[in-house]
Amino acid sequence: MVLSATESPPATIPHRLSMKGITKRFPGVLANDNVSFDVRPGEVHALLGENGAGKTTLMNILYGIYQADSGSMSINGKPVQFRSPKDAMREGIGLVAQHFHLARRHSVAENIGLGLGGTHFFYPVRALETQIKTLGETYGLAVDPKAKVWQLSPGEQQRVEILKALIQGAKILILDEPTSVLTPQEAESLFAVLRRMRAEGEAVIFISHKLDEVMEIADRITVLRKGAVVTSMDKAEASPELLAQHMMGKAVAPLRPKTKPPVAKNVLELKNVSVKNKRGMNALKSVSFELHHGEILGVAGVAGNGQAELIEILTGLHQPNEGQIMLDGKDITSLNAKGLFEAGVAHIPEDRNHMGVVPSMTVSENLVLRQYRYPPFVQMGLLNWAKVNSFAQSSIKDYQIATPSRDTLTRLLSGGNVQKVILARELSGEPRLVVAAHPTYGLDVSATALTHDLLLKQRERGAGVLLVSEDLDELLKLADRILVLFAGELMGVVDAATTSRETIGLLMVGRRAAA
Amino acid sequence: MELDLILNTIARALAFSTPLLWAALGEIYAERSGVVNLGVEGMMVMGAVVGFMVGQATGIPYLALLVAALVGALMGLAHAFFSITLNANQFVSGLALTIFGLGLSGLLGRSYVGQPLQVPMKSVTVPFLSDIPLLGQALFTDQKLLTYAGLIVALLLYFVLNYTRWGMTLRSVGESPRAADTAGIPVNRVRYIAVAFGGLLAGVAGAYLSLAYRPSWGEGMTNGMGWIALALTIFALWDPLRAIGASFLFGAFFYLSFTKLQTVIAPELLTMMPYIMTIVALTVIALGQGKRAFGAPEALGLPYHRGER
Repeated sequence: MVLSATESPPATIPHRLSMKGITKRFPGVLANDNVSFDVRPGEVHALLGENGAGKTTLMNILYGIYQADSGSMSINGKPVQFRSPKDAMREGIGLVAQHFHLARRHSVAENIGLGLGGTHFFYPVRALETQIKTLGETYGLAVDPKAKVWQLSPGEQQRVEILKALIQGAKILILDEPTSVLTPQEAESLFAVLRRMRAEGEAVIFISHKLDEVMEIADRITVLRKGAVVTSMDKAEASPELLAQHMMGKAVAPLRPKTKPPVAKNVLELKNVSVKNKRGMNALKSVSFELHHGEILGVAGVAGNGQAELIEILTGLHQPNEGQIMLDGKDITSLNAKGLFEAGVAHIPEDRNHMGVVPSMTVSENLVLRQYRYPPFVQMGLLNWAKVNSFAQSSIKDYQIATPSRDTLTRLLSGGNVQKVILARELSGEPRLVVAAHPTYGLDVSATALTHDLLLKQRERGAGVLLVSEDLDELLKLADRILVLFAGELMGVVDAATTSRETIGLLMVGRRAAA
Repeated sequence: MELDLILNTIARALAFSTPLLWAALGEIYAERSGVVNLGVEGMMVMGAVVGFMVGQATGIPYLALLVAALVGALMGLAHAFFSITLNANQFVSGLALTIFGLGLSGLLGRSYVGQPLQVPMKSVTVPFLSDIPLLGQALFTDQKLLTYAGLIVALLLYFVLNYTRWGMTLRSVGESPRAADTAGIPVNRVRYIAVAFGGLLAGVAGAYLSLAYRPSWGEGMTNGMGWIALALTIFALWDPLRAIGASFLFGAFFYLSFTKLQTVIAPELLTMMPYIMTIVALTVIALGQGKRAFGAPEALGLPYHRGER
């Protein structure tokens, strides 16, 4: 193991934080195995690893949420022990969690003032409001202190979390998967904030499994795999390929090459489709497009510009207010979710734990959640468990679902394996159309690779794939064409092979290229 | 004659609203911390019987009130222990508290049934204000001190909740215990205090009945007031200030169900009104855009454990 204590220049830059030999066991899992990790002031140190590699456990130990079974920590050379987040905060550690710790109905100032020593007993937030504004200007974290948190976008909520940590006097800021909820633009401005903090001498721990952002922002990178440190290196020595190898422990399998061009025959056709959302606003405005057999059509756009509604009308969760949807020439506009499934539409939903599976049911049951009402799984109204189980067994094998058994409750599976259960169920029936919503969101590298491979397989089989994603790289890599939505309007459809990120970026903010 | 009836109704509604207000204020604080306590009825009735017993033994009604309040707080602590520490279902624990309170109070008070209280709480007539024409007679003549104290406590609790650090702490624990925990706030300790405080006020509410409103003891003398207080908590949208008006309204319905009005409207319909109005209020909020601003505390009814997502 590489211990940076020996590498760093002694005395000149003392470590802001040093964790040594941290081990943490949970029942049946060794979450952290003798992990050593340190951060210097004025440094962004990335903690890179797949889901379940032990990054979040390590940070929870640092933040006093868990206590390590063994190992030691010191801050500025002084040994410390944290029994609660309060202890950690007192030593200058701030955490911006992946799921924000904010009271949504309270104002920004109330959230920031919470638990802050030195606030006045009466009207505790009044004096804070100016402090929030000044600090916001210093770091580029502008947010209205009087606004209620539920009125803010995820990017703004994250700013509140960062401001909260800074006002509490954080000298070491932990960011857990900070870009997972951000649009590309918001992520860019987060990086600008982090660069300013680095310049101010703050220490930042940046947890991520996205290689490109780690390469963009980090000064040093520590890679965790299966709870242990694989390597720790300066960015200058790192490359995305090298990091991916360290993360996965094996070379990344190359993408399945696209062998066949799409067939010039429509599997899906939308004609002037308009949809009103829950608030009665037009979420999709007279959208028309075609999707061919054997084609992956990407859908790009900043979150909230009509993608969610597009998915809903294509999977029967919502009916369009105007227009027509055709599947292989048949009108499917008014079909519900069951009807669409029978017509050959597979749905890989955005929120896999809430929409994709029933977490408290077994893997077998979830694998037939759609099919159980049709033969061979049901005969004369009775479930044929032998058929269900053999189907489950073969799905687990074919899709490499890591589960103790087919009777394990799905909620005990990791995110990547839950997604594999969904993919196995949705793709087993050889669908004509696959609607995939953010299918690799939050997945680790190997599960992402498997998902991509499966979507390409469907394309090769001749199915049409509608791939909605916020990951532009994913779209450029997989899609044949990419359509861009902005404010519910179809801004344009571009050829993925010849377009540029800039072209798509402009369309995403509503600007059509000058003709 | 008609005017007299109206003024009398107002005066009696005010007297009737007092126990509802005290109990609801306590429940509002408990629920703003995220803990539902369905044991209000049980805590009230125990307050009533213990208050009467101590009052009868000592002849000092305010000492009796204090003991009744402490008994309520103790029962609140029991609910906190079951639902927070032992992680029992809040609804089950609260219901158990009500059933327990109704049973134990009946047993304790058996020999007191039918006795008049030797020294009841005195009625007060507010000087000067009682001279105001009409309203003076309705609101400021011959009421109990606890009625006015309840109004003052409501104002005080409203201020503390919205404009002090304590209030912010309490609200945060009920809205997002995780945010509170990571801000270094001892979530469970805050909840314990809030639930015990809720019990304290429920004990006062019960003691008002047996020491002031009807200075006597009868089995089950709270007569469902604890449940009305629970409805009131929701109807007031968890706000101490709104609880004042709402308790007056519910008190009026409760009073009217005993009056000559029952020859015109079935008394059951009148006693039903608080619940119907609560359901209507909830429906209106749910239909409108106000859910985020006026709805229940987001963590209401949810236990909190550090480290779980």
